[in-house]
Amino acid sequence: MKKLINAPEAVVAEALAGMAAAHPGLIRVQTDPAFVVRADAPVRGKVGLVSGGGSGHEPMHGGFVGRGMLDAACPGAVFTSPTPDQMLAAAKAVDGGAGILFIVKNYTGDVMNFEMAAELAAAEGLTVDSVVIDDDVAVKDSLYTAGRRGVATTVLAEKICGGAAEAGQPLAAVADLCRRVNANGRSMGMALTACTVPHAGKPSFTLADDEMEIGIGIHGEPGRRRVPLEPADRVAEMLMEPVIEDLPFGAGDEVLLFVNGMGGTPLIELYVLYRKAHEIAERHGLKVVRNLVGSYITSLEMAGASITLLRLDADMIRYWDAPVLTPALRWGA
Amino acid sequence: MTDSLDVAALTAWLDRAAAVLEREKARLTELDAAIGDSDHGVNMARGFSAVAAKLAGAPPADPAALFKTVGMTLISTVGGAAGPLYGTLFLQAAGKATGKPTLDAPALAECLKAGLAGIVQRGKAEPGDKTMVDALGPAVAALDAAAGAPLPQALAAAAAAAEAGMAATIPLVARKGRASYLGERSAGHQDPGATSSFLLLKALADTAAG
Repeated sequence: MKKLINAPEAVVAEALAGMAAAHPGLIRVQTDPAFVVRADAPVRGKVGLVSGGGSGHEPMHGGFVGRGMLDAACPGAVFTSPTPDQMLAAAKAVDGGAGILFIVKNYTGDVMNFEMAAELAAAEGLTVDSVVIDDDVAVKDSLYTAGRRGVATTVLAEKICGGAAEAGQPLAAVADLCRRVNANGRSMGMALTACTVPHAGKPSFTLADDEMEIGIGIHGEPGRRRVPLEPADRVAEMLMEPVIEDLPFGAGDEVLLFVNGMGGTPLIELYVLYRKAHEIAERHGLKVVRNLVGSYITSLEMAGASITLLRLDADMIRYWDAPVLTPALRWGA
Repeated sequence: MTDSLDVAALTAWLDRAAAVLEREKARLTELDAAIGDSDHGVNMARGFSAVAAKLAGAPPADPAALFKTVGMTLISTVGGAAGPLYGTLFLQAAGKATGKPTLDAPALAECLKAGLAGIVQRGKAEPGDKTMVDALGPAVAALDAAAGAPLPQALAAAAAAAEAGMAATIPLVARKGRASYLGERSAGHQDPGATSSFLLLKALADTAAG
């Protein structure tokens, strides 16, 4: 294992300390229990947006804390859900009197921990609603499994709902918007390499030089099928076709196209992928009216990418365009 | 040899469990790497070492208080799915232990049964889903059946049933948790959660055996 760290057990705490030192005007970092909170929290009269999940997906979620996006983010150990005490403390820290929305990615651990936190918060008199994001088309949506994973649509939901909360929308409206974003967003990812969890010390799986994994998650968990390596244009097809078919997206739909890097893939390759994905979207008659290209929900140093399509409505466009000022996403502010 | 476990014996069990999980950390993580996300070993070791430290710092008054402390500590230190699930097991067990200064085999069977019911309710897993339920379910049944036997024998039977249940997860296709994303590819691997459940029950049986 070759990593720029001091010790595996210190990675999360030291990275949080680094974020606090780098962005004092935007965020504060609390310890025991650990969470990242926007510098001016709680904002009176505003719905408090709280998310969280395992570390290793940076900049998500801590990098999205700030004006126009999340009020707080709870980091777990690498690829491990945070715990209810963190979520409860974060909820209290951002409660401006208008209620709290938990944005949860659909993983067994995250869902259970946020559920327990919501029960604890309700017992303390807080008003909490939760939305679970489950946008990964690579997973069979079945009653007999844990269901689809929450992946890159989470970033879009956090931005759009953050804009709505900042504009003073009430909890019910922000939660409804979040559900609409989830219902209209679909993603699929792939990997060229695995990643190494610091405390595990070796890659979670291995891919030969001439192989790639299609339908990868964001935790180094293997995907659904391993296939021979193909050129970027062919990969774009393999990711876009199931995404478009799934909703299904149709001619005339206004969409946001999000090409996301998994952590180890350079921007130049993401643009190569974006070029083809955009072309495929247009071939299907989709109108790509917004986009995002970059590494926003990652899997440590994994090389690979995911593609997300979100069918937009007027509210989503308005709040996507709204100003945002966070460590990792900022415009208009 | 003893017929019931008091706070000191239960503390000895959890100390032993912490040591076992520390020792087996790499193996559990390896099992999890195959079908999950490589964090089960380190999460369990972290949680149970926190439990051991907590119990050493402030010894609880009775088994119910001990189980409650264990449950709350696991919930706030383990993370992942294992934290809420094992935490719930101990919190439910605390309910059944209330008012009892020591726990004999029938009482332990009651505690474990309630703990399993709590896990099933929180995690919604059924037998055969390739989860910790596949080790705990047979253990509860075995402990129930052996509750008339001397405690060490009853707990040894429970641990043996858990071990068999754990081994039986190997051919199963996962239907809950992160392994379920693999579909058919999850078959052929032993479930890490069933494995940690067996290790906890084995530590309990070894503690009772003295």
